[in-house]
Amino acid sequence: MHFAVIVFPGSNCDHDAYHVFRHILDIPVDFVWHRETDLKKYEAIIIPGGFSYGDYLRTGAIARFSPVMESVVKEAIAGKPVFGICNGFQILIESGLLPGALIINKDVRFLSQDVTLEVDSTDSIYTRSLKRGCKLTMPIAHKQGNFIADENTLNLLEDEDRIAFRYSNGKKGNPNGSANRIAGILNKKRNVLGMMPHPERAVESVLGSDDGIDIFKSMIGVA
Amino acid sequence: MKAKIYISYKDGILDPQGKTVSHALDAIGIKKINSVRMGKYIEIEFNGISKDKASEITDESCRKLLANPNTETYSFEIVEE
Repeated sequence: MHFAVIVFPGSNCDHDAYHVFRHILDIPVDFVWHRETDLKKYEAIIIPGGFSYGDYLRTGAIARFSPVMESVVKEAIAGKPVFGICNGFQILIESGLLPGALIINKDVRFLSQDVTLEVDSTDSIYTRSLKRGCKLTMPIAHKQGNFIADENTLNLLEDEDRIAFRYSNGKKGNPNGSANRIAGILNKKRNVLGMMPHPERAVESVLGSDDGIDIFKSMIGVA
Repeated sequence: MKAKIYISYKDGILDPQGKTVSHALDAIGIKKINSVRMGKYIEIEFNGISKDKASEITDESCRKLLANPNTETYSFEIVEE
């Protein structure tokens, strides 16, 4: 599996994502500058976290019109895995590949902290080697991560088992105030995943947690 | 010629920023405020085109980029300088 990590002006988790594949999993991976327009040679695409275009206007709103995004959308529709993390999730929503919206956190603050996630749907390339209900610890680092959607969309996501991850229950469980505690969702075809927490920053015990590696291992088919 | 664009959250979309400002106003003794909604104000300048054309371009800009149709609504006025 050859991975592409898309780099926008302002991406800052691109190296973390690259590190996962290149150094930890020993999988071919390239940085792909946002002006590229051909992603045919890649088998999976990562849209990393960061502050593309300084978060101007709305998070992800300007990156969504970068030249590379036309190919990302095309490959996603063709069924290729496309995984957006944090700002990448925001970009995927702006591009229309995922539904809903990510608005400012309920306490109007940038949150940089560990969260506990519960795996919900295991029916995806990203979660197929995980167990429903199992808990993963990894960081969040965002100000606009409060997932909202209209009632029909929320019902659809629930009914179609498209919620990949939820923030855990309890007082500290859902720090940004997301509807239905949603931390990550899949598209209808289940090949596109967007999530606010950062699994690529939780891939070695020296980082405080290595729970995130399971998602990437699942992607490449190593349980 | 100038377009003055107002972007606001749709009714029913939570606006934590507006709510915080509302609390702050209350805290400094400014009362009788029912609610505060935050939005964006954008100006676009045009040269040498008709008012209709300016209006068309502004509407397209709002639809495609400036407003998020999932969460926001927009309105604008075209003013001659």
